[in-house]
Amino acid sequence: MKSFDYHEPKSLEEASSLLAELGKPASIIAGGTDLLVEIKEELRAVSHVVNIKRIAGLDWKSWDPEKGLRFGTLVTAREIETWPAVVKHYPNLRTAVSLLGSIQVRNRATVVGNICRASPSADTIPPLIADGAELTVYSNAGERVIPVEELFTGPGKTVLVPGDIVTGIHVPAPRARSGRAYIKHGRRKAMELATVGVAVSLERDGDTCADIRIALGAVAATPIRARTAEALLRGRSLDDDTLAAVAETAMQESTPISNVRASAAYRREMVGVLTRRAIGMAMGGIQ
Amino acid sequence: MKLIVTMTVNGEERELAIPPSRTLLDVLRNEGGLTGTKKGCDVGDCGACTVMMDGKPVNACLVLGIEAEGTVIETIEGLQHAPDRPHLLQEKFMEHGGSQCGFCTPGIVMMAKALLDENPDPTDDEIRFALAGNICRCTGYTKIIDAVRATAETMRTQ
Repeated sequence: MKSFDYHEPKSLEEASSLLAELGKPASIIAGGTDLLVEIKEELRAVSHVVNIKRIAGLDWKSWDPEKGLRFGTLVTAREIETWPAVVKHYPNLRTAVSLLGSIQVRNRATVVGNICRASPSADTIPPLIADGAELTVYSNAGERVIPVEELFTGPGKTVLVPGDIVTGIHVPAPRARSGRAYIKHGRRKAMELATVGVAVSLERDGDTCADIRIALGAVAATPIRARTAEALLRGRSLDDDTLAAVAETAMQESTPISNVRASAAYRREMVGVLTRRAIGMAMGGIQ
Repeated sequence: MKLIVTMTVNGEERELAIPPSRTLLDVLRNEGGLTGTKKGCDVGDCGACTVMMDGKPVNACLVLGIEAEGTVIETIEGLQHAPDRPHLLQEKFMEHGGSQCGFCTPGIVMMAKALLDENPDPTDDEIRFALAGNICRCTGYTKIIDAVRATAETMRTQ
């Protein structure tokens, strides 16, 4: 591995100043499960590594039926996977984290790190977008809140600038009669990157779908919302014709590429299949 | 530039001088002289470098040595009770032929230990789920599962 300078700031203020001063050649390390691979394989030139794990107060988590789920930036994927509140109330996020790498990886990898890495195929992102999650970002210029949906500008690229440190995430509480699902499609069951990821969170009112959010992973330059497809279902009843139209529209909204994992045509086709399936699972999981 | 890192490895406090870009895996094998932990892929795919860090299994190739400051590390060398008294998992791996070329075995044994520490009565699906990040290129998975299941059964009757 190429050598780098190593820093262990003790406060957010110190870390933010350091990162702002060092600029692009510096990278935050939290879990390190992506970063160290990128440095080893020389996919990224990193001359400074800033470890934020010595900063107190970034590893908290809380659940409240009214306020929802909140957790700090250092909470690992495995902690989220095994947290009873997530298992019970956010089966979509639970599925996503439990399919991320191996247990060894999940014991180090953080959910916020998986988001900030901004991979179009990241598993945690579609369910968090579908649930309307928001990130809290610290900077010495001031704290701000960024919806996960608005974070990404391209593969590996976000609106964050040097000096920004995501400190935590908030996922709104599930509303009454709501259901959620995430389906990861790959070639094998474990240790896989998603070929297509589909998350659906919806609310039911009698026979109609009161609200719905569909988020797609690995089928565009960033994770995306299928907004036109959502609009077809919002306030409508869930009959077969509507579902078919929603699936078709979600396919049209995706702009996949062909790569070693799948062709663009196959990915688009699977968006249709999995969108229907995920809507069914979300309906079936209404609490 | 070298930094001093202090960690407890297999019950013994070690103080090592290491460059910050050295992984825990390389630190254990080189500075630590513990070569039981294997370097397979070095990118977190194969699990051959699995060690316990503060009681949790991790890929030592995806941890910087310097991040291990103040932690408790357990490697395959710390598992046996004495040089001639292997851990029950090691006995069962021998009994069931759960090891062929043996390269993946230390990582798999450590991961199996982590599983059984948490879940003394795993189903076969749970064993497979836990071992998903450990690749055996001899593909002897069936006997590995057998060995883990047999260990759990023996542990419960002891």
